[in-house]
Amino acid sequence: MVDFPLLTAITFLPLIGALLIIFGINGKQEDVDNNAKHMALFTSLFTFAFGLFLFMRFDPTSSEFQFVEQSNWFRQIGIDYHMGVDGISIFFVLLSVFLTPICIVASWNSIKKRTREYMAAFLILESLMIGTFCALDTVLFYVFFEGVLIPMFIIIGVWGGPRRVYSSYKFFLYTLLGSVLMLLAILVLFMQTGTTNIVELMENPVARDLQMFLWLAFFASFAVKMPMWPVHTWLPDAHVEAPTAGSVILAGVLLKMGGYGFLRFSIPMLPEATEYFTPMVFWLSIIAIIYTSLVALVQEDMKKLIAYSSVAHMGFVTLGLFTLNQQGVEGAIFQMLSHGLISAALFLCVGVVYDRLHTREIGRYGGIVKNMPRYATVFMIFMLGSVGLPGTSGFVGEFLTLLGAFRVDTTVAFFATTGMVLGATYMLMLYRRVVFGPQHNEDATKMKDLNQHEYITLVPLVLLVIGLGIFPGYITNAIAPSVEKLVTRYEQAIASAPDTRNADTTTQNAETGAQQ
Amino acid sequence: MLDFNLIPILPEIFLAFTAMGLLIVGVSGGNKSTDIICWAAVLSCLMAIFLLFGISWQRTTVLNDMFIIDQFGGFMKLIILLGMIASIALSVKYLYQEQMIRFEYPVLMLMACVGMMLMVSAHNLLGLYMALELQSLSLYVLAAFRRNSYKSAEAGTKYFVLGALSSGLILFGISLVYGFTGSINFSVIQTSLSNEGAANIGAIIGMVFLLSGLAFKISAVPFHMWTPDVYQGAPTSVTAFFAIVPKVAAFALIIRLLYEPFAPLMEQWSQIILFLSVASMTVGAFAALVQDNLKRLLAYSSIGNMGYALIGIVAGNEAGVSAVIIYLFIYMFMTAGTFGVILCLRRGGIASEKISDLGGLSLTNPALAYAMAILMFSMSGLPPLAGFFGKLFVFQAAIDGELYALAIYGVITTVIAAYYYLRIIKVMFFDDPVDTLDKDIPFARRAVIFVSVIFVLGFIIKPNLLVSSSQSAASAITAPQGLAVKKTIKEPPQAAAAGDRPSSTEAAATVTGAQDK
Repeated sequence: MVDFPLLTAITFLPLIGALLIIFGINGKQEDVDNNAKHMALFTSLFTFAFGLFLFMRFDPTSSEFQFVEQSNWFRQIGIDYHMGVDGISIFFVLLSVFLTPICIVASWNSIKKRTREYMAAFLILESLMIGTFCALDTVLFYVFFEGVLIPMFIIIGVWGGPRRVYSSYKFFLYTLLGSVLMLLAILVLFMQTGTTNIVELMENPVARDLQMFLWLAFFASFAVKMPMWPVHTWLPDAHVEAPTAGSVILAGVLLKMGGYGFLRFSIPMLPEATEYFTPMVFWLSIIAIIYTSLVALVQEDMKKLIAYSSVAHMGFVTLGLFTLNQQGVEGAIFQMLSHGLISAALFLCVGVVYDRLHTREIGRYGGIVKNMPRYATVFMIFMLGSVGLPGTSGFVGEFLTLLGAFRVDTTVAFFATTGMVLGATYMLMLYRRVVFGPQHNEDATKMKDLNQHEYITLVPLVLLVIGLGIFPGYITNAIAPSVEKLVTRYEQAIASAPDTRNADTTTQNAETGAQQ
Repeated sequence: MLDFNLIPILPEIFLAFTAMGLLIVGVSGGNKSTDIICWAAVLSCLMAIFLLFGISWQRTTVLNDMFIIDQFGGFMKLIILLGMIASIALSVKYLYQEQMIRFEYPVLMLMACVGMMLMVSAHNLLGLYMALELQSLSLYVLAAFRRNSYKSAEAGTKYFVLGALSSGLILFGISLVYGFTGSINFSVIQTSLSNEGAANIGAIIGMVFLLSGLAFKISAVPFHMWTPDVYQGAPTSVTAFFAIVPKVAAFALIIRLLYEPFAPLMEQWSQIILFLSVASMTVGAFAALVQDNLKRLLAYSSIGNMGYALIGIVAGNEAGVSAVIIYLFIYMFMTAGTFGVILCLRRGGIASEKISDLGGLSLTNPALAYAMAILMFSMSGLPPLAGFFGKLFVFQAAIDGELYALAIYGVITTVIAAYYYLRIIKVMFFDDPVDTLDKDIPFARRAVIFVSVIFVLGFIIKPNLLVSSSQSAASAITAPQGLAVKKTIKEPPQAAAAGDRPSSTEAAATVTGAQDK
């Protein structure tokens, strides 16, 4: 049992489901659609169960990579098929396998054309997402990381809204441009160190001058993916045009790939460059937090507002990651997971009313608390989670992040905290305009409350958002060893850095000192 | 001493005789026998592959150093023969559909194939020229094969005139090289060039002429002008053939020339190739953005692809050559599949070539649309498809050769090029359907598309066979030349290929030693 390739299994399980959907279903159109939906749901639920099984077998006290698999891939060159998870990545895997069934249920009735392809695309996407978080080889990581573009491009482009073509292009080309630079960085690292093994690369940072260039190349990719402030503009477009489930997975998982990339590549592999660029990241994060919050304030489109709020929340994440202390990094990871749940849920909430009225314009709603009380409750929980109310998971992430930031730089922390106020402003405004207020639209008042499918998708998220808000320890304890390792290794690398820079004098002095 | 060992060029001899035999069959059987001749041609290519595997790929020269067989040549011939099979298979039904059924068609293709295989194994400037002309003359006729079509005639004429010009350039280059080095034999040229202290200006000029002529054959910018017109004008099956096979052969010839006779002039030729590469990538990326015609678009795409492949040569190391071979191999599969799809675009018996004709293909013919989408994503270099790995190896070679700027430029043009590949996908998937396509897709065409899609999807699972054979092919051509293989890379501990490592490091050592003097 020990040798069973668990991670390979969980990664490629959805892919097998997708292949079955594509090739294994025949018959009348209705039957095909129906079977495809069920097949996709069962596959994703099974994958989720598998993920839980993986989590049970996972040892949260260890900071090492677990379930490691390694086998030859490009034998002659030395690129391996290498998979493994640690306390950081396991939660992203769980997030992916948790959100996919929800997406499939959420699309149950709203996707009316080409259902089979849609379901297959989602399962392929799930495969690639899990693979991204499990890969321990840079090239393998890149393959998964970049492969995600293909199904996502199709999902936005085929099932998206009126401006879907523009948005899907923008999403694709933006991300691709960032990623190819990362590919070059990966190749340079490979040429310099002779390995594509992420674990080895994390242990042996390269020379300082080189780190700067590599860091920027990685940054180009991850900053676009996150997205960080100047390169975030693809996100609102992509979100607005994507189908609901597409937005959910985009906000829930794909954005986290950027943060995960910082954690896996930039910080451990390029510590000195990370130290050098930290102030820049801080200020970009603060601009992201404040600027996009202000932009969110004036949005008339619900999805766009939430998209901008995502950028702001991701600003907290980058801020936390680059504080490079235990609280900050843990907070950032927690914030990513929590944002994965909350923003996914918010997009689902938008999807609920969109399915009924086919508009996302905030002004077209109002006072729907009267005809949709249950919806109003659920929406409120997620809205408050997004604001960061204590008791929801949003609070833990933001609090830890800010705590970490205070330890590093109070000015930065001060500006970041204003973001929390702004966040509360736009979310509450959104909520007030949509849910409360006068009922001035006839059709909005006739909307029915949540149906069964919507319950199934939203209730697990409610439970998790509140559950993690009350018991954050389940996650923080499990990520703590890995984060501790990351932080100590980073500090060691920084501490030893001056020695290598003035290698001649310092080491000689040290040696003579030791001899004396 | 009379050297009369013909065994190493047995496949070529076999193909030449088959071609002539088939010509006789055609003359006696008339155009009715075209079908049989086509399949016989496919069969003979398969036979040639068996023969190729039957002979030894050890480095041997035959016919008084006229031709050479080595790992590199053997592998490139394999690629050429595979490409031939695909192109003939794509053509068979098309000849009927377009009412241009003539028995000369497969015979000409076989002749071209003989020419290309000889090009790959040329070891002598005259052998090179004859092989090249055998190939080119067959191709000129093929381009104008649909005699009653203006466009086809125009394509043929244009190709012929410009091709003749390039042949002239090559001949002039050959005469200069001969004049300044005193030989037409590759090994002698190499020795005489490396023995001279300073660079031999006359030989360099000769080499530049030779390279220009060959750049024409691979349609590298600025010698690309013919490509879009010929691609568009020639019958589609011929275009497919042009895109798949002759480029591989010409590329192999360029590699052979640069790494054997002109290896001592590496410093000079790498600048030329660098320019060709950058220019091709640029034109390939930008000019294709505005095309409406699929064949024209693919013409520019092939120009761009040649640019990427040239990066591998500029890198000037073994990894680079190996990357080029992998790139061409993958490119061949992708192009064959893509043209297979284009050949299927027929409405009411009339071929359509506009991009907009693909509209809504995913609804009217999903299998075809998905095949095309996979091929296009692969062309744009997205993982996990094969096209990505082609680019990966090329860029790896570039970084290995410390050509950072070139690599960055390369990836940026990749992103620009991705736009037009996406456009095809967009038209197929996001746009509304136009009329449905004719349903009857011949078996051979299905098979080609299927094989190429499976290759593109499955390459990631089992890449080792191709990588190791291309590496040994590359080392066959780079190692004996004592090239400066810059090894900045630390040896991976598990490097299985320890066998040929010492030779390259020794070579590097000797060359650096020479530079020190």
